[in-house]
Amino acid sequence: MDVVEQQTQALPPLQAPTVPLIPTVICEDVHIVYTVYGAGTGKGSATAALGRMLSKKRRSSNVRRVHAVKGVSFTAYRGEAIGIIGSNGSGKSTLLRAIAGLLPTESGRIYTDGQPSLLGVNAALMNDLTGATNVILGGLAMGMSKEEIRTRFKGIVDFSGINEKGDFITLPMRTYSSGMAARLRFSIAAAKNHDVLMIDEALATGDRAFQKRSEDRIHELRKEAGTVFLVSHNNKSIRDTCDRVVWLEKGDLLMDGPTEEVLEAYEEATGGK
Amino acid sequence: MSTVSETTHNGAVAVGAPPVPSADDGLSPAELAAKYGLTVSGARPGLVEYTRQLWGRRHFINEFAKARTAAQYTQARLGQLWQVMTPLLNAAVYYLIFGVLIGTKRGVDNFIAFLVTGVFIFTFTQSSILSGVRAISGNLGLIRALHFPRASMPIAFTLMQLQQLIMSMFVLVSIVLMTGEVPTTSWFLVIPALLLQWVFNTGMALIVARLGSKMTDLAQLMPFILRTWMYMSGVMYSIDKLTATAPHAMRILLDINPTAVYIDLMRFALISSVTAAQMPPHVWASAVLWALIAGVGGYFYFWKAEESYGRG
Repeated sequence: MDVVEQQTQALPPLQAPTVPLIPTVICEDVHIVYTVYGAGTGKGSATAALGRMLSKKRRSSNVRRVHAVKGVSFTAYRGEAIGIIGSNGSGKSTLLRAIAGLLPTESGRIYTDGQPSLLGVNAALMNDLTGATNVILGGLAMGMSKEEIRTRFKGIVDFSGINEKGDFITLPMRTYSSGMAARLRFSIAAAKNHDVLMIDEALATGDRAFQKRSEDRIHELRKEAGTVFLVSHNNKSIRDTCDRVVWLEKGDLLMDGPTEEVLEAYEEATGGK
Repeated sequence: MSTVSETTHNGAVAVGAPPVPSADDGLSPAELAAKYGLTVSGARPGLVEYTRQLWGRRHFINEFAKARTAAQYTQARLGQLWQVMTPLLNAAVYYLIFGVLIGTKRGVDNFIAFLVTGVFIFTFTQSSILSGVRAISGNLGLIRALHFPRASMPIAFTLMQLQQLIMSMFVLVSIVLMTGEVPTTSWFLVIPALLLQWVFNTGMALIVARLGSKMTDLAQLMPFILRTWMYMSGVMYSIDKLTATAPHAMRILLDINPTAVYIDLMRFALISSVTAAQMPPHVWASAVLWALIAGVGGYFYFWKAEESYGRG
């Protein structure tokens, strides 16, 4: 495919190529290992557990180590939007969390400019509480000040479109449809501006109108942010948003380059679009 | 625009990552990071900086505690009323067993007020520690998704317990009044006693939160440790009467037990028949000392492992 044509399709680079490259995220031979308890290599019964406790080889019991990311190195620069692709369980989300400083690395180092933030507040929200309370709680959890939340509250609610069909924001979140809940979550998460922004599969939520709104918002966020990372299985949204793609497979970095080249190789490997 | 400029990425095929070759090509990642002032992601901040960040999150901590408390009872029809009902029913059970069935007074005037005070105050420490054990291990989702000083979690949980205790205090005060106590100025001592106990509880919660994040079996073990502790804390009997004939060392050990200290203080504040003469020596000093040891020590101990929470 022609490079020029590709450029008109994707978002134009935010900085002219003559501007010196300023790194914002540097990954140096990053390894991430999860320790999983209760993985159940042995029998689950109490007597079996007791037997394991009494036997000499303790480590082998039901503690398992999962090597999720194996020696990934790359450098991201200011103004880049980087897509991360790979099949399920290839370590994409794990890598993002490590860049955000949320998961410690086993070995290797990750250097970042400021505090990268993961676009996701799902874990901070509580289903039993009203949408309005969750907007406040989620905002505070992301580190916004009370003032900031007060001024943006209406914007967040309007963006989510929760109140389009009545006063739903004052109802508990457990009464929302899954689409409504996903929309509210994205609206809360996207309300903050970030230096290094990481988005984990956030684009595919909600109806068509909402998807359009969220895509626009991501472009906006990208203008404000230094660097954007996007994890997605939707190659179209990667093409629309990213100018560089990193391909992870089983924790290894397979390929790193311009969107079209990597996606073509990826689509070939996974059997078409 | 040229797309092919070679850089190698650890065996990966790298095609045209940076479009312009720059003076940084020869630098190692660490040198490059130093040149542009990048810092290691997820590194533990210094103690002062950490405290500053934690203070910056005070609204989050408060809101989280409030939301958790509210969420606890939303499925029950009586809702928040359970915050008062639970301690009230607890007190009723103890009254039934110790006041009516056994009819024991064990040489204590106003035994019901004495007992209920002990139970409520011990429960405050007990539930703070129990929720502290799971503060990290039970909120891994939140910890792996967002960035905030992790001490926010145990602190939020002890705040929830403090809020619950304040509800219980209303029940306690009504019971104490019903048993014939008359409010005096000594009732104001309730406030410093509670604050000291809260600091102590927070420190303990921070300690067990770190322990519980690594030792996943601690949550199962903790109830037994706490029950043993309860029987040693003079919740249902007067340490003063029990140790009258006991060896001096044992008496001192029972007297400096932090929960016994906080229970003693509360009884002294609320019940007129509990006089200063029955208090162990230096009771306020030990209350302050325990709060300081647990509070400062626990905070420091928790902070030391800040970057490792969320692993595994």
